[in-house]
Amino acid sequence: MTLHMPPILTYALRRLVQAIPVVILIMIGTFLLLKLAPGDTVDALVGDMGGADAAFIARLRVEYGLDQPVWVQLWRYMVKLASFDFGWSFVYEQPVATVLMDRLGTTLMLMAASLSIAFCAGIVLGAIAARRAYSATDNLISVLGLVFYATPSFFLSLMLMLVFSVKLGWLPVGGIKTIAAFYTGWDHVWDVVRHLIMPTTALSLIYLAFYLRLMRASVMEVADLDYVRTARAKGAREGRLMIHHIMRNALLPVVTLLGLQFSTVLGGSIVVETIFTLPGLGQLAYQSVVQRDMNTLMGIIFLCALIVVVVNFLTDLLYARLDSRIELA
Amino acid sequence: MTLADTEIAPPEPPRYVMFWRRYKRNRAALLGLVLFVLVVVMALTAGIIDPGDPLRRAGDPLTPPFVNWATPLGTDQLGRDVLSGVFYGARISLLIGVVATLVAIVIGVVIGALAGHFGGWVDDVLMRITEAFQTIPNFVLLLTLVAIMGSKIEWITLAIGIVSWTAPARMVRAEFMSLRNREFVDAARNLGVSNTSIIFREILPNALPPIVVYASVIMALSILMESALAFLALGDPNYASWGNMIGQGRAVLRSAPYCAVIPGIAIILTVLSFSLLGEGLNDALNPRQKK
Repeated sequence: MTLHMPPILTYALRRLVQAIPVVILIMIGTFLLLKLAPGDTVDALVGDMGGADAAFIARLRVEYGLDQPVWVQLWRYMVKLASFDFGWSFVYEQPVATVLMDRLGTTLMLMAASLSIAFCAGIVLGAIAARRAYSATDNLISVLGLVFYATPSFFLSLMLMLVFSVKLGWLPVGGIKTIAAFYTGWDHVWDVVRHLIMPTTALSLIYLAFYLRLMRASVMEVADLDYVRTARAKGAREGRLMIHHIMRNALLPVVTLLGLQFSTVLGGSIVVETIFTLPGLGQLAYQSVVQRDMNTLMGIIFLCALIVVVVNFLTDLLYARLDSRIELA
Repeated sequence: MTLADTEIAPPEPPRYVMFWRRYKRNRAALLGLVLFVLVVVMALTAGIIDPGDPLRRAGDPLTPPFVNWATPLGTDQLGRDVLSGVFYGARISLLIGVVATLVAIVIGVVIGALAGHFGGWVDDVLMRITEAFQTIPNFVLLLTLVAIMGSKIEWITLAIGIVSWTAPARMVRAEFMSLRNREFVDAARNLGVSNTSIIFREILPNALPPIVVYASVIMALSILMESALAFLALGDPNYASWGNMIGQGRAVLRSAPYCAVIPGIAIILTVLSFSLLGEGLNDALNPRQKK
């Protein structure tokens, strides 16, 4: 047994082992999707060359292992995926992995900014709504949350664009940096930030509603518990009560949602990145669908799934740190 | 024992009356119901308000709203009537929403019921598959399925259902796990009732209320997904769809913002109605749940 390992490490190890079958299933899934898609690598290659004779096509099929039984193909595919070889993109004339890495940074930046804003604003507003439950403040916060939840991300993006770019002219309509401006240093950073303000606002306003509603319910539940009443009876002031006694436990379900929500927000970034022409994974996904670039699309699915697995793993660890009731061993 | 205890309680009003009493206590849910009825009426009367193809030219391009009574909400850059687009769009949104939700619930119930009822390796395998599905971002999978199957409305609806079943599956599983060892199920089992019968006739009816409530969430999300697909011009081009109207309105956002704003409001109100409806259903179906 792992005698000298701290319990948090054994816990982490166990969660990692549990993630393995999920990753394998995702590999099988993307393989099946590739097989279901009309045309295979050789068709794409031949199409790229502008046609070829039958004998050459047959030779290519052998070369790419497409004459092998499905099981052998699946195995080879999985081995390749495991070494981050996602195949060749016939649209970008580059390995898919290179194309993905070029785009990953933008998406991660957008996700990190939107999720942290949505999460922080959500828990603060949710806590305020819960402490003044059924008051006008609570009603206002809850109604706004519901309306943003019901707003399609593309519509919200367009409205932001209409107000802040078209009418007021404060913010750029799209892209990640001003083209041909060649900013350096802090000017460059500020330029990128200005380009990210609207996409980040659009994404975070919509996902804020999830955290807000859960946090409100959670705070109201925890505030009713005996230990909070005890603390209040002992003379703890409301502010201290909220921060030291209620928040910590009320945050638990919200942290879980943070992990689960990550995959939804990655999906939502497709629309937002496409509208604001941000060169990230979401825009790439849309372009791959339009151009039927299946290799790239599968690469995106696998990469996104991996990111979600990692984020879920990290949330589990965070959850275990926050909730001392969880058995680590 | 006092006399009062033995007195027979007055007969409880019928179920639907109780249901309605609990439902109407929530004022927001009533608003949701009104909005929902409005959208349904729009979907049903689309053919009466504007017989004919909503995608045809109905007037001069870019007529602003409230100018010409033939086209009260104005026309888009191709001269198509915005009002009729909104009415026909309601039809498509509701249709796709309802069918996709049914698909998602059916898949979710089957997988969740099998996993929750049998447990063991069946549960392990099905839950790993569910997790794998949950790990892939919904909308990315939806785009991939549309890329593979094509943009026909039937396929889009099916694809939305396929990407939405994981949450109901988990809920059904949890309900089954808590119900499968209750006395009434044991009784049925001891009477020799078959597994299929136990699953569908004994446990499932008791597991349904939370799923009915969740159906309103899936419906709202399905409508949002369909509109996003249509906005990206990946929807079925043969039908008027709110998302598509907004997508086209984007080109004239500067000069004629109403082309995008009107269908946008339609989507918001429809999705809002489902969210509020869901809250009302929750109050009515799970009255003892702690709020």
